[in-house]
Amino acid sequence: MKTKKKKSLKIENISMIIACCLFIIMFIAGSVMYDHFGTLSTFLNLFNDNAYLIVVAVGITFVLLTGGIDISVSSVVAFTCVFSAYLLQRGWSAVVVIPIVLLIGLINGFFVGYCVQVFKIQPFIITLASQFLLRGMCAVVSTVSIPIENDFYKAAALKKISFKVGRTNAKLYLYVFLAFIVVLVAYYVLKYTRFGRTVYAIGSNELSAEYMGLNVKWVKIGVYMISSFCAALGGVIFSFYTLAGYSLQNMGMELDAISSAVIGGTLLTGGVGNVCGSVIGVLIQGIIQTIVTYQNLNAWWTRVTIAALLCLFIVLQRLISIRADRQKGKA
Amino acid sequence: MSKEKLLTMNGICKSFPGVKALDKAQFDLEAGEIHALLGENGAGKSTLIKVLTGIEIKDEGTIVMDKKEISPQSPIDAQNAGISTVYQEVNLCPDLSVAENVFIGREPRKGMHIDWKTVNERTRQLLKDFDLDINVEERLDNYSVAIQQMIAIARAVDVNAKVLILDEPTSSLSNQEVKKLFEIMNMLKGKGMGIVFVTHFLDQVYEVSDRITILRNGSYVGTYEAANLPMIELVGKMIGKDYSSLEAIPKGSSDEEDYEELVRIENGSSEDISDINVSLGKGEVTGFSGLLGSGRSEIARLIFGADKKTGGKTIIEGQERDIRNPLDAIKNDMAFCPEDRKKEGIVGDLTIRENIIIALQSKRGIFHKISKKEADEIADRLIKELAIKTPSADQKIKNLSGGNQQKVILARWLATNPKLLILDEPTRGIDIGAKAEIQKTIVDLAKDGMSCIFISSEIDEMDRCCSRMFVLKDKKIVGTLKGDEISQNAIMKLMAGGTEV
Amino acid sequence: MKKLTQKMEFKPFCVLIAIILICGIVSGGDFFKITIVDGHLYGRLIDILRNGSRYAILAAGMTMALGTGGTDISVGSVMAISGAIACSIVDGRILPGLNGNVALAVIIAILAGAICGAWNGFMVAKLKVQPMVATMILLTAGRGIAQLVADGKIVTITSESYYKISGGYFLGLPIPMYIAIGVIILFLLLTKCTAFGMQVESIGVNPESSRLAGIKVERNLWIIYILCGMTAALAGIIESAGIKGADCNNCGLMIEMDGILAVAIGGTALSGGRFSIISSVIGALIVQTITTTIYAFGVAPELTRVAKAIIVIIVCLLQSKIFMEKVKALLPKRTEKEVHE
Repeated sequence: MKTKKKKSLKIENISMIIACCLFIIMFIAGSVMYDHFGTLSTFLNLFNDNAYLIVVAVGITFVLLTGGIDISVSSVVAFTCVFSAYLLQRGWSAVVVIPIVLLIGLINGFFVGYCVQVFKIQPFIITLASQFLLRGMCAVVSTVSIPIENDFYKAAALKKISFKVGRTNAKLYLYVFLAFIVVLVAYYVLKYTRFGRTVYAIGSNELSAEYMGLNVKWVKIGVYMISSFCAALGGVIFSFYTLAGYSLQNMGMELDAISSAVIGGTLLTGGVGNVCGSVIGVLIQGIIQTIVTYQNLNAWWTRVTIAALLCLFIVLQRLISIRADRQKGKA
Repeated sequence: MSKEKLLTMNGICKSFPGVKALDKAQFDLEAGEIHALLGENGAGKSTLIKVLTGIEIKDEGTIVMDKKEISPQSPIDAQNAGISTVYQEVNLCPDLSVAENVFIGREPRKGMHIDWKTVNERTRQLLKDFDLDINVEERLDNYSVAIQQMIAIARAVDVNAKVLILDEPTSSLSNQEVKKLFEIMNMLKGKGMGIVFVTHFLDQVYEVSDRITILRNGSYVGTYEAANLPMIELVGKMIGKDYSSLEAIPKGSSDEEDYEELVRIENGSSEDISDINVSLGKGEVTGFSGLLGSGRSEIARLIFGADKKTGGKTIIEGQERDIRNPLDAIKNDMAFCPEDRKKEGIVGDLTIRENIIIALQSKRGIFHKISKKEADEIADRLIKELAIKTPSADQKIKNLSGGNQQKVILARWLATNPKLLILDEPTRGIDIGAKAEIQKTIVDLAKDGMSCIFISSEIDEMDRCCSRMFVLKDKKIVGTLKGDEISQNAIMKLMAGGTEV
Repeated sequence: MKKLTQKMEFKPFCVLIAIILICGIVSGGDFFKITIVDGHLYGRLIDILRNGSRYAILAAGMTMALGTGGTDISVGSVMAISGAIACSIVDGRILPGLNGNVALAVIIAILAGAICGAWNGFMVAKLKVQPMVATMILLTAGRGIAQLVADGKIVTITSESYYKISGGYFLGLPIPMYIAIGVIILFLLLTKCTAFGMQVESIGVNPESSRLAGIKVERNLWIIYILCGMTAALAGIIESAGIKGADCNNCGLMIEMDGILAVAIGGTALSGGRFSIISSVIGALIVQTITTTIYAFGVAPELTRVAKAIIVIIVCLLQSKIFMEKVKALLPKRTEKEVHE
């Protein structure tokens, strides 16, 4: 039997390489253009400022890999912040509050996943509804910003590791390590567990996955739970970061999370991608934001640039997959 | 003959809205035998297998496996019971690696951790038995459909199943590959596995099978020793007595003198097929025959503009026409009933009336809306002419049986008054009565001067209807037959790769 | 002839009447009070007509997008863009050559909406990106673009003729209502008097079958998203005229949910297929009645969003066959009929 050994055109790799190059180019460009830009401090600050987004993007990557979508994450983050701020203000202990908000994330994810998998409601509609529900709940809890004065939160917000490089002082906050742990665990789960591989199988061809005897139902519900749980965890980190809860914060953040994943090589149709790509996607967005700040531009430029970048990568994905299809047709 | 029964299915019934797919069907399987499950399209083979593998859940009946009654509710249940299946269309995940496709869901693990090294190593070992030396870490979709098919079989074999179901495994394989597959089947049989072999290639049935079970219209016909059942008798049993009603169809004429060309394709190419030259005569039924994947559907799609044209000319009645999409084709009086009725034919949630007028509407353009009155007239006339069984034209088309849906699609195209009607597998999966009616309609239409292209995987059906035939193999036309030259034997010979004409 | 009760519009219409009646009874008749001041009608019902017209216009466009099995969640941002452009022109901040001509400002703003729609159409029809994702790009970027047009400020304007678009009266009734009626009539002409409506439904049910039956799927998708963008732009103009300025942060914020809600309540399946513009307009009026009522009864406005989200979830569940089967299985047979109703 003849065998065909052909170098495959891997979309995730191409996309990730482009993303990496883009990041490096932007970092170098920034260093050339501005003083104090090309330092370790700037680099580490990308993590400090975007730790929450890394966690959320990692979570949403699971859903995107199955070919689904979850646009409720920004509301989950906001609700987590507002609700934990509210509870802490009432004098609840952080040890109780954090598990509660994480549990709310899990429940939301289960609800959404169940509606998608069992009742066959389109993911975007049900997550849109859940987005509005939670955003509304935020406003019900409080319409004004609630400051967090809990000692544990304050400690978590301020604990950091400092590095001295030359004359500058670079620092990495402890909560960033929480994000690192999430990335590592997610990487492991996706690569080395049956659950993780089933996620890819579903995204690749759901019917086949079912015919091959995989547990499609629970894995699909599971990915929405993971996404929502990560969003809640991202919310906890975000409340460390801002030490406040406000019902309108993070509007439109789901786009940031989704575009991180897409820029990092995750296919919106599912089956291809990994969490490392999503992390690079987050870093690229971070650096855009930093440049916009340095340039003293209207903050809205960040949004517009990110949307344009997302567009570019989606078009790129389409072109690559169309080309791949053609090659297969000829082979 | 006192072998243990490995699997027994009894009195299996399964209904879908509008159709009774299985009516008291039965089947049994011994250890160490290859048992062919045969029947025409729509006889219920696929449904029986889906019931056995838990994809469909039976309405009635019992399934006994290893003396225990089982009732699989999902593919997982069936797999756990020791039943493993390779489906007609390869059901693997294209984005995953070869090795992963073989082992997903049952990967060897160290604790929680999937042991990728062992996965790859064991896959390599396993594929060696199949004479496949490929890079198991490569993505699956980098390999041809034939190799993917082998990988699917490897997976099915390796799950330590007692029963292996092969649903049309050979339809995309070359002769050599088929031989290899049969060797493997015999090897597995030797190990005591029971194999259910579903196919419509009757020669292949005799090559490997021990016993044959025949289904017809969802009912059980009988189980026979392969050695004691001549092929003629087998065909008779598959087709049943209703068959005689079809014999009456007289063939259209094919006199060379009368031949008047309607459409000619010169060097037609699409992404799937290239350099096709065909000429279609007025008032003729032209057949495209060949195996699945031989390019017969691709030609039809090319002519109709359903696939993107990459080159060549379409000449209609002596004039060159640029047909780039289906609408162009419709405006040039062509019509096309696609192969996959559900996915490409019906518009399920719309009414029969709308489904009938939709193509005519496109032909006229959206600003010339067909009035309700005219739509009613057209729909009622065609429902009557084609004897579509429905309470009213307001029914949603998805509530009709397969045969009636097909007639509605046919009605849709007749409403546009085409000069060329392309029918790709118009009789697949519909009951024998409707089949005969559709065949008769086609021949009648041709008599009235319409040109038809007829594509079917059932050779006898082609033999009966066509007055001219192109035979395809490996995306090339390998022969042309006219009038009396058309016979099942002649077609088979060309399809098998005989002389090039 | 179909019976009246079997029409798609029947159920939502009954719901609308019921809600209005309930509100009227609970409020002790206040709800129905209509007073005449300066020859203009005032009252809750008139408010509903005025404010609801925005939703009705949006819902008309959204219905078509949902009918194809797609969606357009960028409408809120398109509203912000068109509002910002119209106000900036009237204000003379951009294109000062037009001297703040209101008619030209409106036309340019609607054209901008059409361009946004064409962009969505390009992404959906040509690049075959999932509609949700394609329009999400504009959802986030759009608000940024609006900010850039308005230079990050809230543009306030002083043009009586522009105010009239939202606050004016004609024959005693508010002008937005006439605009809405005009849009609805145009859409009805398009969908009922041409075959466009049937083609949209066909695409929504089965795009591949539709293509093979000679329907220009791509072209129709373009048209639909452009129409959607134009309706959103019109709604944005009305809203900005209502608040006498362009507030890019809040104009049309989260209105996509209201649009989808209106269409869903109207009975159009969110997965595409059968649609009815009239039903959706009735749905829009229901949404507006609920909103007005919640405000009128002094319920915290924050709850509206929660209430709407819950209604969407319920409507989605009711549209889900599997859910209904499960509910039916739970209930004793006696009440099965009631579930159906």
